[in-house]
Amino acid sequence: MPITGVTQGKYSLREYLAFIGASVLEDKKSVLVGTGLPMIASMLAQKTHAPNLLIMFEAGGVGPLLPELPVSVGESTTYYKGVSASSMHEVMSLCQAGYADYAFLGAAQVDMYGNINTTVIGPHDSPRVRLPGSGGANDAASFAHRLITIIANQSQKTFVDTVDFVTTPGYLRGPGAREKAGLASGSGPYRVITQLGIFDFEEATKKLRLLSLHPGVRIEEVRENSKFDIIITDKAETSAEPAVEHLRILREEIDPAGVILGK
Amino acid sequence: MRENKSRELKDKTMSVRQAVSQFIHDGDFIASGGFGHVRVSMPIIYEIVRQKKRNLAMAGKTAVHDLDILVGAGCVNKVEVAYSFGHELRGLSPASRRMVETGQCKVIAETSNAAYQWRFLAGMMGLPFVPSRNLLATDTGSYSSCKVVKDPFSGKPINLIPAAYPDSAFIHVHRCDIYGNAQIDSTVVEDVELARCARRLILTTEEIVDDELIRREPWKTKIPFFVVDAVVEVPYGSHPCEMPGMYYYDEELIAEWLKLSRTQQGVDSYLQKYVLGVDTFEEYLELCGGIKKINYLKRREFLKEPMIAPWRKEA
Repeated sequence: MPITGVTQGKYSLREYLAFIGASVLEDKKSVLVGTGLPMIASMLAQKTHAPNLLIMFEAGGVGPLLPELPVSVGESTTYYKGVSASSMHEVMSLCQAGYADYAFLGAAQVDMYGNINTTVIGPHDSPRVRLPGSGGANDAASFAHRLITIIANQSQKTFVDTVDFVTTPGYLRGPGAREKAGLASGSGPYRVITQLGIFDFEEATKKLRLLSLHPGVRIEEVRENSKFDIIITDKAETSAEPAVEHLRILREEIDPAGVILGK
Repeated sequence: MRENKSRELKDKTMSVRQAVSQFIHDGDFIASGGFGHVRVSMPIIYEIVRQKKRNLAMAGKTAVHDLDILVGAGCVNKVEVAYSFGHELRGLSPASRRMVETGQCKVIAETSNAAYQWRFLAGMMGLPFVPSRNLLATDTGSYSSCKVVKDPFSGKPINLIPAAYPDSAFIHVHRCDIYGNAQIDSTVVEDVELARCARRLILTTEEIVDDELIRREPWKTKIPFFVVDAVVEVPYGSHPCEMPGMYYYDEELIAEWLKLSRTQQGVDSYLQKYVLGVDTFEEYLELCGGIKKINYLKRREFLKEPMIAPWRKEA
């Protein structure tokens, strides 16, 4: 079943995902933001419960008060009323040095350890579909303390046993793998958000685990829409619902042209 | 020694045609400044198409519209990819994706945005590589030009990113003098590093200003004259891309490209109309809507017009 509020026409799926994405971000923390839903979610968080969310963009924008949805992570709105319009070297260095609490990314494919593919579907040298590649994603996920991934179409094609290409590191092959590879200890995937629920990673195994189910979604749907076994416990809760004010901000302030939310 | 770079203050102004014929050659490894659809030297891109340069390798350092046009036109057939073949929120690039999926354009290596930028940093520093903690243990790393070694201090794995020295680079700036001392009124992205590592550098600029103005506020100089080989004045030269603080993206033209570039025939007709069929950038701007369009894009940049997304229908 789709999310109840979506069926009832209260909000669209993308509006709901933007709300859920925002709810994961904490106030007084920093986030390196990727294109698309992560931008909308970060803006919503900044305009609601997290006014002191420090937003950073890889092209150099730091601490903006975003006036509207940027189309690119490099355009002038990414430092609108910002504290700094710097450089990629500056932002990426800050992130590597430990100033990024969160990285917030989209993905085409994800596996049970939160590894992400945004490079190719099919073999690398003769791809069935050529996707844009890492962009700043590998950097963001390597440097930030906690990685949030949003994937609006969880299915057996997107939740896969092995991603076609490990563009961006999650927990790699399991516990201890990131540290062994030379990545910062204690860093790694934190949440995965899909149209069905919110997931975290089990501490002992670093495998994807259902944290909460969106209202109206059945547990079987979460299982059916994945090639790998998702850890499901009886502790899974029901995800929160947006207030009228969240929807107003999304529709009137953030994306009035419906660039993302209208899809 | 960088003997090809003169330390003499000399007038480097020239036409787009001369700059491209003199400083960009078939087979070159080229790099375009700015980021994505932001602050891009479009006159150079169009002139490369006009002069039918071939077998170029291009830095896919979040190269989108520029790269898409050059791959679609058959000028670029090798790309080192950090982010390419997409237009961010606008969707994937039909032209360059088709060329990659049919083998006409080769992805010679994968990398990431930070890694590309640090390739330029190593080049700028005159060092063979810079160490970093990205690209580790991923396919992006395996398909990159980097090497993972043991850090001699900590014993932990560390990634070494090799220096890049593009044969030619072109960067669009807000203003510079006739010698090439340039100011950029926005994020510089990776242009500080790129300008200093490139073997040859063409600046296109919104305006040429008196050297006196540069020397009055030297802390604003992001690119110094002695790394610059050519200066070309082209007002609105980033169009249809954004010039921060001046004019916004021309979403209508970008949408037209995304629609037409779904077929090679469409690519050819777009290039015929907007690139090959015009002699000057002014003529091209007229074709795109002239002063009326420019004024709209200026108002849009300052958020005085609502956002439009004509490419949504083309997705």
